[in-house]
Amino acid sequence: MEFLVGTHINFLGHRRAAFIVSAVVILIGLISLVIQGGPKPGIDFAGGVLLQVKFEQSISAESIRESLDRVGVDEAEIQHFGGDREAIIRLMEAEDAEEQDLAGRILSQLNEDNPGNTATFMREELVGPKIGEELTAKATMAIIYALIGILIYISLRFEFKFAVGAVAALVHDVVIVLGLFSITGRAITLPVIAAFLTIVGYSLNDTIVIYDRIREDRRKLYGKSFVDIVNTSLNESLSRTLVTSLTTLLVVLCLFIFGGEVIKDFAFALMVGVIVGTYSSLYVASPLVVEWQIRQEARRRRKHG
Amino acid sequence: MTPKMRWKVLLVLVVVVLAAWRASYTFRFLSMSEEDLAALSTDQVEELEANAIRLGLDLQGGMHMVLQVEKEGLPADEAQDVMARAQEVITNRIDQFGVAEPSIQIEGDDRIIVQLPGLQDEQRAKRLIGRTALLEFMPVALMEETDIVLRALDRAISEQMLADGEITMESETGLPLSETERLERERPLSVKLRFPGELPFMKESDVAWAKQKIAGLDLAEVLPTYPDDPTKPRYRIAWHEDTRVLSDDGEQYRGFYILEDEPVMLGSSVISADVRPGLDQDYPNSPGISLRLSRQGGRTFANWTGANIGNYITIVLDDVVQSAAVIKSRIPAGTPASLTGNFTDVEASDIAIVLRAGRLPAPMTVIEERTVGPSLGRDSINLGVRAMLIGFLLVVLFMLIYYKAAGAVAVAALIVNVLLIIALMSSLPVDPRPALTLPGLAGIILTIGMAVDANVLIFERIREELRNQKTIRAAIRDGYERAFMTIMDANVTTLIAAGVLLYFGTGPIKGFGITLSLGIIASMFTAIIATRVVFDLITSHWNVKHLSI
Repeated sequence: MEFLVGTHINFLGHRRAAFIVSAVVILIGLISLVIQGGPKPGIDFAGGVLLQVKFEQSISAESIRESLDRVGVDEAEIQHFGGDREAIIRLMEAEDAEEQDLAGRILSQLNEDNPGNTATFMREELVGPKIGEELTAKATMAIIYALIGILIYISLRFEFKFAVGAVAALVHDVVIVLGLFSITGRAITLPVIAAFLTIVGYSLNDTIVIYDRIREDRRKLYGKSFVDIVNTSLNESLSRTLVTSLTTLLVVLCLFIFGGEVIKDFAFALMVGVIVGTYSSLYVASPLVVEWQIRQEARRRRKHG
Repeated sequence: MTPKMRWKVLLVLVVVVLAAWRASYTFRFLSMSEEDLAALSTDQVEELEANAIRLGLDLQGGMHMVLQVEKEGLPADEAQDVMARAQEVITNRIDQFGVAEPSIQIEGDDRIIVQLPGLQDEQRAKRLIGRTALLEFMPVALMEETDIVLRALDRAISEQMLADGEITMESETGLPLSETERLERERPLSVKLRFPGELPFMKESDVAWAKQKIAGLDLAEVLPTYPDDPTKPRYRIAWHEDTRVLSDDGEQYRGFYILEDEPVMLGSSVISADVRPGLDQDYPNSPGISLRLSRQGGRTFANWTGANIGNYITIVLDDVVQSAAVIKSRIPAGTPASLTGNFTDVEASDIAIVLRAGRLPAPMTVIEERTVGPSLGRDSINLGVRAMLIGFLLVVLFMLIYYKAAGAVAVAALIVNVLLIIALMSSLPVDPRPALTLPGLAGIILTIGMAVDANVLIFERIREELRNQKTIRAAIRDGYERAFMTIMDANVTTLIAAGVLLYFGTGPIKGFGITLSLGIIASMFTAIIATRVVFDLITSHWNVKHLSI
């Protein structure tokens, strides 16, 4: 079985339209980010307390909130988690929570208020403000270092303009996923950062396979216009691009559907990342290189002519 | 078969067999139920554990804690080895608490990371680890001293309340203040105290108020100080651990103590601490802790008690009074002291543990804590494994349909790939062994999708070469060779990202970086070398007319 072999899709012919589509999607995400004052940090970065409570029977968020009020906690975020028997309680303040045994008091209050519906903690996380700051700095550094390393590697293996195209494509991917996280109200946690870095790696993987093909076709199709060469390369690698994206998407989809609530956000980031990454390697990375090349040639002609 | 070919076949076979053998430990260990494990001897279980993959705390349940050691204010000589001593004390305490495979490590200059896998009672563990366990035998100030201190406190609190506008010295009615009203304003603390015997008590409902007022004072300004050090008050204020009912009104009262600043002796004079029942008639149903004193400590105590008959002594643990008793006679050296209170069996045994293990050389605060209940860990494994199996089956199905026989070779490579990741994870010679975390499991799942990529690249190339009318063997050769550089380039960038995760990540994230890197490395071996050997073997043995790809 084969599909999409011997295609002649004019990817570059649609590049302006594709740029507009990308710009619009990015803009929507950015607007949401601006409205909400930046990405919503999870407790890993903001610090705070996260409690995952499981009840024997269903429980309403209001009832949990009332119990929290009784313990003297008024600023809490309560979300059901994979059904109505389980909930995530997020408190913004971690200071003193440990000393006052806040978690223990919340649990006893919940059990007192819901007789016959025993509550147990499935997960308890407490991150002090200092650790949160450190993790934020670490995650930022991680992303910066990954980008620098990748930029250097691609510059060594390809021309600089290719590196710029590749990095632009992966920034495009990460910004879109970030925007989608903002729109869907998902918090950025450590695993999500890991997912972002994976998207970075994945998006590049796709892009580089195409770049390799362009490099090869440039030698093979010497004399043809750069636009034609890139279009040929995109078409030639299309089947591989789609097959790999499909297998990766299959497993990530399984992770999203069957992997459980704890890694749902992580799987969500990967899922969107794979889709956007495939799109961007076809419609962002190579077309940008082409734009650059065309402008470069035009400038050269002007200079000489 | 050429000699080179023979070596390659041998290499692939050895790797596959080794990987399958190493990974078999993990499969056996993870598929065993509690009963199966219980049926094995300790040696067998240990062998399995040592060779199987180590599960991260998020998968097996347990507690991860980061403690910040407050080094400030320690003398230089103590500050030097404070971390090592703190680590030792915590290790001692946990050893006595009984957790399998605890890990207590120093991180950076002033942090200790404690990991307790499979922990059941985390509240108890937290109390046990975080407690400084500074044990002091403190004399209660004499009556006349107590009086002076109380008056000083009253005056300071009253002034403070006046300044804050909480009280005024005039009555609202314009009449002179009644005696009670005057006392309430001039001696706000004392009026709340009751003296059922010689020691004062306060109603539990007033304690928070009193604590807050006293915390607002600068005791060095208010209380008498040492003649040679005017910044150091000669008395300390302390409260009792428990409350009790004072006969008549049925309300809970808590002991309020004015202690001399100089301890008679410290916990270092205690050589053993054991839980004993019935040490105190006031708490007939609670166990107490019997403290055996060192020879030196016993002598000090004997001398002090001899000179202070009729006075009170308290045993103070971390600034909270645990026991108070009147000295009836000189207590001869060799007599155990006892620490009593309204303890449960667990509390008494935990206090005994911290006293035996010694006090922490500096106070600590918990700055990060992550606890996963064992059932959530189990759920995560089950769900993760299920997601992995379903994803795996889908990919297998796709590869078989799309690439037919060649797809079957890629699927075999995929299986070897997963075996290799597990084998490497469970036998890497690093300490501690890398743990499989939930994101790590996701990394393996992701690898399944991405690992076939190398084979997809190769197969697409072979198909192209075949379309260009090349012979099957030439197509295979060129397909592998042309795809090689592409595979390298594409994987190096993912490796860079995974490497950064390894370097910057903590805990679960590191686990993701590990499985992702191992998965990429393993996929290069399986896709480039192992599958090639299979193709070469087949085409060199049979005259293949049509390549099923």
